[in-house]
Amino acid sequence: MSRRGDWVYENNGGTCVAIAGADYCVVAADTRLSVGYSILTRDHSKICELADKCVLASSGFQGDIKALHKNLSARELLYQHQHNKRMSCPAMAQLLSNTLYYKRFFPYYAFNVLGGLDSEGKGCVFTYDAVGSYERTGFSAQGTGSTLIMPVLDNQLKSPSPLLLPARDAVTPLSESEAVDLVKDVFASATERDIYTGDKLEIVVINKAGTKREYIDLRKD
Amino acid sequence: MFRNQYDTDVTTWSPAGRLFQVEYAMEAVKQGSACVGLRSRTHAVLAAANKAASELSSHQRKVFRVADHAGVALAGLTADGRVLSRFLRSECINHAFVYDAPLPVSRLALRLADKAQVCTQRSWKRPYGVGLLVAGLDESGAHLYYNCPSGNYFEYQAFAIGSRSQAAKTFLERKFKGYDDYTPEQLIRDALSAIKETLQGEKLTSSNCTLAIVGRKDDGTVEPFEMIDAKRIQEIIDSMEAAEETPVAAAEPSSTQEEDKGTDAAPMDI
Repeated sequence: MSRRGDWVYENNGGTCVAIAGADYCVVAADTRLSVGYSILTRDHSKICELADKCVLASSGFQGDIKALHKNLSARELLYQHQHNKRMSCPAMAQLLSNTLYYKRFFPYYAFNVLGGLDSEGKGCVFTYDAVGSYERTGFSAQGTGSTLIMPVLDNQLKSPSPLLLPARDAVTPLSESEAVDLVKDVFASATERDIYTGDKLEIVVINKAGTKREYIDLRKD
Repeated sequence: MFRNQYDTDVTTWSPAGRLFQVEYAMEAVKQGSACVGLRSRTHAVLAAANKAASELSSHQRKVFRVADHAGVALAGLTADGRVLSRFLRSECINHAFVYDAPLPVSRLALRLADKAQVCTQRSWKRPYGVGLLVAGLDESGAHLYYNCPSGNYFEYQAFAIGSRSQAAKTFLERKFKGYDDYTPEQLIRDALSAIKETLQGEKLTSSNCTLAIVGRKDDGTVEPFEMIDAKRIQEIIDSMEAAEETPVAAAEPSSTQEEDKGTDAAPMDI
């Protein structure tokens, strides 16, 4: 494979998924770190808890992802000092978008999914491209396995067109445990065909009681 | 007067080898309302007496969280203090960003002192008119530092600054030798008693004092720097008074305290 001398990125693979519910949000990512056809580690978290109701999962180039997460954590701390409260998920969503676009001409090689609860306590998911274009949705997948997972989520979770009346919520009517089961299923499927996804699945569930973390084994091949 | 000849510029020495502008800045600290800090081996407590500019207004914030492991209490020009707190916060955030570890309290005090010193050696600047008690917890235990406008800083077991702080210092001098082994509750009690000394007769309530604590419990868990809420302060004050079993002094209107300070105290001097 011919490489430009100035190519400073590499793709460390992995997949991230988030699903928003009426009063919860599930954010999940696998824990495999790879480069090329090799595995660097089976046990690396792609998920960062930025605030008590706001969790970021990113896949792509780990160097940029680490820097991005550190940057956002520091900004959240500053926000806490200035406003005497933690950042809300929609506020963090805008901050992440601005942070990414700030490096429009030398981007963070990070594909992000932000999940959490909004100020009303409803689940929200924000999905991004590498330069900060974002949208609030009911569910999203990013990373190497996203093309395998997204169609399945569309099939299971997509609500009818917003043009139809009566207006329906974008967030899924599924219960928390049903959503977690769906996440486990889609990751098991993605692991089968995407070589960069596997090893372990880290699931973070945010609801008004707080944040819960769970680990599920995936295929290690 | 003699000394007025050499006090125009901070960069002018007097023949006796003094910088009068710096000394005048330290006077500003003495005009502010009292702050008290004390520490044991594992915990540090900051307390401040709240003064409102008038009965209609809210009181000035004098205690600021700088990081999870450190905070400051200030006396003097609170506007200067607010700016310095912002500086300390960003220093702590930047250090944690680069080294993934909390900024040790001695280094925090040093950064503050260096920043203060710069203002004593530039003709276009003036010294900060605020004294800060920096309290924090790091690997070597709990610490308390006092930073003055001159750029000097000292570590203390217990200290008080601001107006009528001598009364608090006298109280602390009697008891500080045992502080290393004090429990956090004992430290809080002594901090409140010290603040009470500075109020000189006025009744101590949760509305005229602020209290904050940081420390590490015996089992190793860290209690991050946080203000103690008014309800809990009132409970502690009530239990202190019950323990003393002495009649509580009648409350005086706070307006008399303002007149005591001198009629030419500028509005910014709280």
